[in-house]
Amino acid sequence: MAKKVAFMQGNEAAAHGALYAGCKFFAGYPITPSTEVAEVMSAELPKVGGKFIQMEDEIGAMSAVIGAALTGAKALTSTSGPGLSLKQEIIGYGCITEVPCVIVNVMRGGPSTGMPTGPSQSDVMCAKWGTHGDHPAICLVPASVQELFEETIRAFNLAEKYRTPVMIMPDEIVGHMRERIVFPEPGEIEVINRTTPSVSPEQYKPYDTKFGDVPPLAAFGSDYRFHVTGLNKMEDGFPTTKASIVQAEEERQVRKVEANADDIIKYEEYMLDDAEVVVVAFGSTSRSARFAVNEARKQGIKAGLFRLITFWPFPEKQILALSKKVKAFITPEMNLGMCTEVVKGCVAGNAPVHGIFRVDGEPINPDQIVDKMKEVK
Amino acid sequence: MAFDYDKYIRPGKLPHIWCPGCGHGIVMKGLIRAIDALGFEKNNTAIVSGIGCASRLPGYMDCCTLHTAHGRAAAFATGVKMAKPEMNVICVGGDGDGTAIGGNHFIHACRRNINITYIIMNNKIYGMTGGQFSPATPTGAKASTTPYGNPDPPFDIAKLAIGAGATFVARGTAYHATQIDKLIVEAIQHKGFSVVEILDDCPTTYGRRNKYKSVIEMMNELKDIAVPVKAAEKMTPEQLKGKVLTGVLYKEEKPEYTAEYAKVIERAKGAAK
Repeated sequence: MAKKVAFMQGNEAAAHGALYAGCKFFAGYPITPSTEVAEVMSAELPKVGGKFIQMEDEIGAMSAVIGAALTGAKALTSTSGPGLSLKQEIIGYGCITEVPCVIVNVMRGGPSTGMPTGPSQSDVMCAKWGTHGDHPAICLVPASVQELFEETIRAFNLAEKYRTPVMIMPDEIVGHMRERIVFPEPGEIEVINRTTPSVSPEQYKPYDTKFGDVPPLAAFGSDYRFHVTGLNKMEDGFPTTKASIVQAEEERQVRKVEANADDIIKYEEYMLDDAEVVVVAFGSTSRSARFAVNEARKQGIKAGLFRLITFWPFPEKQILALSKKVKAFITPEMNLGMCTEVVKGCVAGNAPVHGIFRVDGEPINPDQIVDKMKEVK
Repeated sequence: MAFDYDKYIRPGKLPHIWCPGCGHGIVMKGLIRAIDALGFEKNNTAIVSGIGCASRLPGYMDCCTLHTAHGRAAAFATGVKMAKPEMNVICVGGDGDGTAIGGNHFIHACRRNINITYIIMNNKIYGMTGGQFSPATPTGAKASTTPYGNPDPPFDIAKLAIGAGATFVARGTAYHATQIDKLIVEAIQHKGFSVVEILDDCPTTYGRRNKYKSVIEMMNELKDIAVPVKAAEKMTPEQLKGKVLTGVLYKEEKPEYTAEYAKVIERAKGAAK
């Protein structure tokens, strides 16, 4: 049987990816350029018995998502820059309480209101450092409509597997572009559901490390009842200020993601085998970069592309290994050097890192990248 | 036989954090009696709070309990209720939590008329942080951040709820302990968003600064200012000066949000066929 094919916008594909993953709840607030995610969810969720609610603000939307997720539902919200800033308080709450959920953040210019209709890649640091306190961070940065669909499914899978909020951050170009998409059949892409308790309700503790770094999560309204708080907590979910427990719990919350970086990190290597100049790029910028690599090869430059699909955890090992065999890195991005700084940290001085930065609401042209390659080769 | 509160208290989680003389414990006992009277299953009952002294209440209750971020109880509770409408969802919290930082969530929960009961313990002060003025602190009162007297006018929380669209609004006091459970029972039985404001006392951070000699004086004040709605009908505006109405202040039948959304699902499924 022929697969279902469509010509679809990125944001719409994100919504359909969420539905494929089994999302049954959406809470959001209108914001450009992510609103289409909410619009599709408002139309599609009730058809499958799911719930859509437009909340009074971004904080309320994130709060409702965590509330719904605690009843066992897979829950989604979508937003953009200013909304992501507002949501941060409750994203931190989701991290410490270890509640799976997904945030689609379509990146636009900032700070503040910035350029609401212009593309940007300047929220990637906010994904890791936006909320206060130490916490795990998973952030995915797809580059096409198909990939936005598939990575949204993976975002849910990672949220459920690691019991934590996961962000997926298409830039505005990826969110608003229209491309061909081929829908997988149900069951074709693996869908992961959170581990629920195997012990009796009397024995259940929501943060029982006996079951590893990702303890099973029961649902409100089931046979299990438990306490959830944003305070530092013990394995039974109740607050504590006991130094040894707080230290261990904070470390576990971060470790459950960091120790599984290999499982979470996804990237694409393009023409890297003999590459001397390597572009590290993500999102729509990586499409310009691929074009630039092809152009440069025609001109005799040994260029390659390392395309990030997972931004956090960052592929530190892979970049470090590359840095030992290449002459230079080029890091084009629609911000003033966020990924560049991270890459510099990874290469540990082994090779120079040349950034190309644009924050004028225009995409980075392949020409800009080719010119830089000629300059640094 | 004495009422068995222990049935609803989590083993090992007492003593509570509240100061001697604080009314929050009186409200919690009222809530427990109400839950018992309604025959609610603990597994099917969510108690959701924000941040502050009053918001510590869920931790003591043997239900599904959610101690959220400051001001966000109504928004989290909306998520719980929407995802599982069959659950009984009760919010508890203080005046600052509910009507300052959480004011937006509060008024919109009122507007939606979602079937949640919100119990606001109004002690007119931010107690946990040491006694800063709240949106319920009377003009002129002393707080740690109004050393020259409060220049702000306060909210009338019950009126705020009525104005925002809550379809059941009641007020009681920590003094009138035996009325609390009756008000909560009626609020929960009402289909829609219900608000129960309980006038409460904070001897530690409010009473001390505002020349109350004792908890008894604060409790006596609650007794003296409270006028039941029925009795108020026969009183002149002059007689009602400085008084606060108690009992069921407002009640109307309106479409409830989760029931309305169930119709959305039916319409969407119909359209999909």
